[in-house]
Amino acid sequence: MEKMDFDLTGEQKRIREICRKFAAEVIAPRAKEMERTGEYPYDIIAQMASLGIMGIPFPKEYGGGGGDWVSMHLCIEEISRGDVSLGSLLDVTTSLVANEIYTLGTEEQKQKWLIPLVQGEEIGAFGLTEPDAGSDAAALKTTAVLEGEEWVINGSKQFITNIGLDNASIVIITAKTRIEGDGKEIISTLIVSKDAPGFTLGQRYEKMAFHASATHEVFFDDCRVPKDYLLGDIYKGLAQHFSVLQTGRISVAAISTGLAQACLDEALAYAKQRYQSRQSFLESQTIPFKIADIATMVELSRMIYLKAAWLKDRGKDYTLEAHFAKLFATETAKKIASDVFNLYGLSGCLDENPISRYFKVAKLFEIVEGTSEMQKLIIARELLG
Amino acid sequence: MDFDLNEEQIDIQKAAREFAQGEFDPDQALDLERNAQFPLSIWKKACKLGFIGLHFPKKYGGQDLGLLENVLVIEEFCRRHSGVGMALGLSDFGSEMILRFGNDDQKRKHLPQIVIGESTSSLAYIEKDQTNEFFFKTIATRDDHGYVINGNKLFVVNGTLSGPMVVLCQLNGSGPEEQVALIVEKNSQGPIVSLTGSRVGMRMVPMVSITFNDLWVSQKNLIGDEGCGQFQFTNFLNEMRIEAAAMGVGIAQGAFDLALTYSKQRMQFCKKIASFEAIRNRLADMATQIEMAKLLTYKAAWDFDRNTGNVLFTYMAKMASAETAFEVADDALHIFGGYGYIVENQIEHFYRDARMVNIFGELGRTQKNLIADKVIGKI
Repeated sequence: MEKMDFDLTGEQKRIREICRKFAAEVIAPRAKEMERTGEYPYDIIAQMASLGIMGIPFPKEYGGGGGDWVSMHLCIEEISRGDVSLGSLLDVTTSLVANEIYTLGTEEQKQKWLIPLVQGEEIGAFGLTEPDAGSDAAALKTTAVLEGEEWVINGSKQFITNIGLDNASIVIITAKTRIEGDGKEIISTLIVSKDAPGFTLGQRYEKMAFHASATHEVFFDDCRVPKDYLLGDIYKGLAQHFSVLQTGRISVAAISTGLAQACLDEALAYAKQRYQSRQSFLESQTIPFKIADIATMVELSRMIYLKAAWLKDRGKDYTLEAHFAKLFATETAKKIASDVFNLYGLSGCLDENPISRYFKVAKLFEIVEGTSEMQKLIIARELLG
Repeated sequence: MDFDLNEEQIDIQKAAREFAQGEFDPDQALDLERNAQFPLSIWKKACKLGFIGLHFPKKYGGQDLGLLENVLVIEEFCRRHSGVGMALGLSDFGSEMILRFGNDDQKRKHLPQIVIGESTSSLAYIEKDQTNEFFFKTIATRDDHGYVINGNKLFVVNGTLSGPMVVLCQLNGSGPEEQVALIVEKNSQGPIVSLTGSRVGMRMVPMVSITFNDLWVSQKNLIGDEGCGQFQFTNFLNEMRIEAAAMGVGIAQGAFDLALTYSKQRMQFCKKIASFEAIRNRLADMATQIEMAKLLTYKAAWDFDRNTGNVLFTYMAKMASAETAFEVADDALHIFGGYGYIVENQIEHFYRDARMVNIFGELGRTQKNLIADKVIGKI
């Protein structure tokens, strides 16, 4: 019987430590500049690739680290503590795209697509959302019709992360592929390569913040990909995408935890600078108690995402835990960022102060990969049976 | 007890609303925000129609109205657009020091230009590493005919000296309670002004750092008497808190408007999202919060205009309104979903500006501390 054990393995600790160091030494010093210019940090991404970060949870035969999803999420948390745009890059390329191909792909597809993603040479994008299909992901309009040996795709996808990167290779999309006799629409998942004819990279969105993360619209105008770019079961496209989103939700929770931790770091720095002595700090309650609340929430966020990842690693059902984690970690991170921003007052408002970035970006994660409402819906359904 | 606005107040509110709806162009606002620019042309139009400084006496160009009327205007402006509204609402920042405590000469000299849109005004009080808002390192040294000012001020709203600036100083050689408020004239040469860096919110409000190196000001520019600085500043802060509360109410209302409109248009799962309980619950909470903050704010302004000396509602209004502004803007952005994060849809602007209401003007003791002092009293 497996006992309860809150310790990380030696390997998990090692990976976390490497990522923490990398984030503190390489990412954090560049974060302000990345946000200000919106220039994609290709050199940092390349360093992450050479550290094997994009491949942590995948087998060595595909160029991965042979590790587990607990390690991957510890990594995502630590990277996000440096900057969330890189944590988000990992969430999409590893937890969603590489994961989906690894889980569902034919051996040929894995050889062709998985290996470069795992090695971080190429970056993947996940195409689910459309202008009229947000929370209602099934309301998608993109179609893919089989013409001979090719799929001909028409439609568009919105808010797609990573696709604007130079070394983005593919976007895995959901599309309606056929209509059954009874009128039922079948949705499938297809791999679309960025260099496919008829594929257009649309506008880069002007966002409140999060500028170093590439977010674009994409368009398919009689976009053609080979027949064997179909991924998995033709009838189960939506279910397949939803299934891999479960891992994605753990990853978003890890991103938000990293962000919350960074905010806690800032709160502690503030307290040290503001109070002359330990005694004067402890005589006050407002700020010390606020910090206590924050630290409690950060730890809880971490515990729940780790549990979800741990269950996944053991092949157990992690539906509830993944959604608990996403819901809790993202909402608390938003609150924490807002509270610490408040603490800093006017000086925190300046772009040069990291807390201003954390504040602007924290809100986003309550929305991406399923809003809080969607998380609650899934949890409620799961509980009701 | 009467919760109605009087006819004049209703007219002013209506006029401000119509002006804002007509003149605050969303595309122009987007550009101003991107470039962190003051909405000059809109401000000038607002001045021409008498919206700025309407609480000044008629003999100085105003309309003899009260803080409550000023609150109504600020609220409507911020409702239509948080950024433009805050910039306009703060265009007369600091003038209240002259208005409430200056002599007739000073008022004649400095106030009319603010009303007609020739100058914005400013108050310099924040300093580096300052945790007590009444402790200044900027020093004013007496000489035969005036004072020599030395020191640095930060985050000075409208501090480019394109209008009169009130500077709060410690009187040299006196105890810490001996403070003076001095008017530094428009276009004074000598002070070194540098623009404060790019920031999260209130981006259309000009903010600078300013250094005074032996700047001389005339005795005539002393507001009130020596040693009155702290008293004047305390009162100024209370008036400003109510104005800030008005901004919070307006921003919350504006965010609500945007979210409500969107929720009635956006369809998911074959229904307008305004049909879903989850959204309806949020909107109900938002509307209630806005109303509570509004009532407190109007009460505080009403108390101020009646000189009751009751400042408890001032603190409560500021605190409630600041929190409401952020919570409502947050809910509103959430209702927009992914679109809420995109600049073009405006709501993210309200989100950022809303968070500034609490921070703005606060140093040291927070509203909560002040409320606690008042409700608990001496122990």
